[in-house]
Amino acid sequence: MSYLAKPKFHHPAIEVNQLGFTHRDYEGAISTLCAGCGHDSISAAIIHACFELSIPPHRVAKMSGIGCSSKTPTYFLGQSHGFNTVHGRMPSVLTGANLANRDLIYLGVSGDGDSASIGIGQFVHAIRRGVNMVYIVENNGVYGLTKGQFSATADQGSKSKKGVANPDSPIDMVALAIQLGATYVGRSFSGDKSQLVPLIKGAFEHRGAAFIDCISPCVAFNNHAGSTKSFDYVRAHNAALNTLDVITGRAPITADYEPGETQTVKLHDGGMIRLRKLDATHDVTDRAAALAAIHRHQSQGEIVTGLLYADEDSGDLHDRLGTVDRPLNRLGDADLCPGVEALERVNAALR
Amino acid sequence: MKPTDTANPDYFHKVVDCQWACPAHTPVPEYIRLIAAGRYDDAYMINWKSNVFPGILGRTCDRPCEPACRRGRVEEQPVAICRLKRVAADYKGDIHALLPKPATTKNGKRIACLGAGPASLTVARDLAPLGYEVVVFDQDPFAGGMMRTQIPKFRLPETVIDEEVGYVLDLGVELRRKKIESMKEMLGMGFDAVFVGTGAPRGRELEIPGRQEAAANIHIGIDWLSSVSFGHVTGIGKRVIVLGGGNTAMDCCRSSRRLGGESVTVVVRSGFDEMKASPWEKEDAQGEGIPILNWLVPKEFTHDNGKLTGVVFEKVKATRDAKGRRDLVPTGEPDEHILCDDVLVAVGQENAFPWIEKDLGMTFDRWGMPKVDEVTFQSEIPNVFFGGDAAFGPKNIIWAVAHGHEAAVSIDKFCQGENVKERPSPLTNLVSQKMGIHEWTYDNDIANDIRYKVPHRAAEIALKDIRAEVELGFDDKLAFKEAQRCLNCDVETVFEEKLCIECDACVDICPEDCITFAPDGDEAELRGRLTAPAANLTQDLYVSAALPTTRIMIKDEDLCLHCGFCAERCPTGAWDMRKFRLDTTQAGDGCRSRA
Repeated sequence: MSYLAKPKFHHPAIEVNQLGFTHRDYEGAISTLCAGCGHDSISAAIIHACFELSIPPHRVAKMSGIGCSSKTPTYFLGQSHGFNTVHGRMPSVLTGANLANRDLIYLGVSGDGDSASIGIGQFVHAIRRGVNMVYIVENNGVYGLTKGQFSATADQGSKSKKGVANPDSPIDMVALAIQLGATYVGRSFSGDKSQLVPLIKGAFEHRGAAFIDCISPCVAFNNHAGSTKSFDYVRAHNAALNTLDVITGRAPITADYEPGETQTVKLHDGGMIRLRKLDATHDVTDRAAALAAIHRHQSQGEIVTGLLYADEDSGDLHDRLGTVDRPLNRLGDADLCPGVEALERVNAALR
Repeated sequence: MKPTDTANPDYFHKVVDCQWACPAHTPVPEYIRLIAAGRYDDAYMINWKSNVFPGILGRTCDRPCEPACRRGRVEEQPVAICRLKRVAADYKGDIHALLPKPATTKNGKRIACLGAGPASLTVARDLAPLGYEVVVFDQDPFAGGMMRTQIPKFRLPETVIDEEVGYVLDLGVELRRKKIESMKEMLGMGFDAVFVGTGAPRGRELEIPGRQEAAANIHIGIDWLSSVSFGHVTGIGKRVIVLGGGNTAMDCCRSSRRLGGESVTVVVRSGFDEMKASPWEKEDAQGEGIPILNWLVPKEFTHDNGKLTGVVFEKVKATRDAKGRRDLVPTGEPDEHILCDDVLVAVGQENAFPWIEKDLGMTFDRWGMPKVDEVTFQSEIPNVFFGGDAAFGPKNIIWAVAHGHEAAVSIDKFCQGENVKERPSPLTNLVSQKMGIHEWTYDNDIANDIRYKVPHRAAEIALKDIRAEVELGFDDKLAFKEAQRCLNCDVETVFEEKLCIECDACVDICPEDCITFAPDGDEAELRGRLTAPAANLTQDLYVSAALPTTRIMIKDEDLCLHCGFCAERCPTGAWDMRKFRLDTTQAGDGCRSRA
């Protein structure tokens, strides 16, 4: 943990995006998490994803609940809107915000405690309703703020820092999300930004409920031998299905692969995700195959990562409700109150 | 790439750009921290040990450290290192107790230093406390050499010279007034070693038509400055032309302004940017209303009845020949005739050794320079050593000091019967600065301030008195603020791959994007695929051995702020901030063989 603000100086040859911002412009306050926390790497990945996509920071609403992970929105996108909800209620608040103003880009950041324990009911319904959002669970398998008790995502048999094995079955967040109807589902690892950054970019470009389960080692309480969420364990058991290239409408397509090795997933704004398959048999648009792959790798003791499932024809909550294109918070009295004549007509029709 | 060998003293030394660039390798960040802490005595002594004349250099140094300063790459202006040195000299207390004492027992060896300039005085200071009997010979009654005779008093007050030259002479060094006329004579005086520190005493002539006829009003710059310095010259004509573009020319024109010159003009053959004068000296001259005219080659002195009337100049431009050499060719425009009453010629200095007999076994090159070893400063006569401008031509004070230290090492080894070619290694040390979980012994909060200007005396007062020092120096508050701009480059980022868990925390936090974890490659290719490209080839890449993921850690040293955030964010202590200390070994026990 550092107390000093990060120095303002930056590399003179620093890259600038289409908005004229550098990646430093997407930073927030200095992190107060433990040194080496995986969550800080995820914050850095979010910063890079937003920078690369040239997202206007003031159009992002970052929402979180309670916990180490839910502190992180302070540490990125310092120029964006933010809301720290009560514990586990981020999905509900995010749903409400999205209903009120569909024009913002919603980023929900949560942890395994916030989303898989206290907030699992909220999580389930936000996904089920297809809220247009990027939902990232920073998953370290322990309750870090209360000194390392097992969380609901800790693997059965994995050991705590003091050597006690976890007796309970874990909740698999990606399998749950797919079953609940999420239309963009991936898993990644805080220690692999080359996979995580494009996965987050794809999620931002996707319309509908995009869910990313990101394994994020807790250096203080869950980075020892016997843990299944340590840097060493995840690196040794990582089964990546694919690597991604997110190609927005504007960028030229440069990757050149043999046919059959790649799969293309269309995005709503005309861009696409070019996947290089590491597992040639996996089709990311096949929901059943995604679930099967998750179970297959899990039974082999592997952690499956990459883009697991994407629905090219996804829709969102507003499509289902048939709301107007204009955000509800911008509708004035004239739009909402049809007037006496209209009321008379309605009443007459009911007589 | 091969993992970086940090055990090589040069590696971390190069990271301390200022110290590496300083010929005397003064530990700059260390003394700047002491200034910030208000410990002026200690800051002064670090300088005194390393460069002998902190008060003088703090006003006159050519500052090779400042263009090298990392701050100049991170933002626009380097730290005002030179003027901070002056702060240490200005605000120190009585430091006599901290100086070495004259040797109580002599070692029986006698050393002659010819010329009482900075090189000779450095040799004397290094050798006298060891028990050597050192005699310094000079034609002038005072010691100091060019520091006293050529640098105008409005840049360097006499009191500062007296004090710092005094510290050397007080070590039991004898100053003997004598014009050096024969090397044979010197060698016959029974000294065990002779050090030649006679400088480059001859101002270059300008032989163009009219030189002889108008000689009464044409003066050689360094001789004229010397006459001004000793009070032999107290006035000059109203219209003065100074020929030349070096620091001597700047001193000549500014002195002229103070001695009655109302319209003083500097005329230079080459372009403004190519002038040899330091940028700040050109700036100061222009600030006193002195125009600098470029691309004009003097062709003729015009005169009337033996009285100088002006100088005719040919207009030129620079071209490059087939070999890329620069050549000045006439533009064809009409010549320019500038009227004046006096001319000061400051077109360069030359060495002159008419007093060294040709049959002593020393060989001279075509510029009349004796053959001198570039490392040991030994001549072809084993007990004769050279240093300062006398060794390799005109440079500046800090080089003379550096030469003096090395020559003193050679003389010490020579007199102790050792091989002068075996050079002592420097003392180095690397110590962690960690005091707590996010606490360091140094202030790692990077100041955003831009360079502070040194206050000047008002021009209307400064131009009336040639002895009134123009620069007033930083006060303690400004000095503190300027000192805070130092990036503490001697507090090194040290990486231990065995401890690294590759969590990326350092990569994410680094404000300058210096750190990368990537697959190995050769250097040229690696430089292009780092977090930020490493385009400055003069700065090293710090490279680790392979990590568990087979990647390597690469840190581009170029723009590192030494803020320590990588170490603060490192969960395992793989990064640590360690203070690198390098003291060059001077004459004495440290330079002698252990055998």
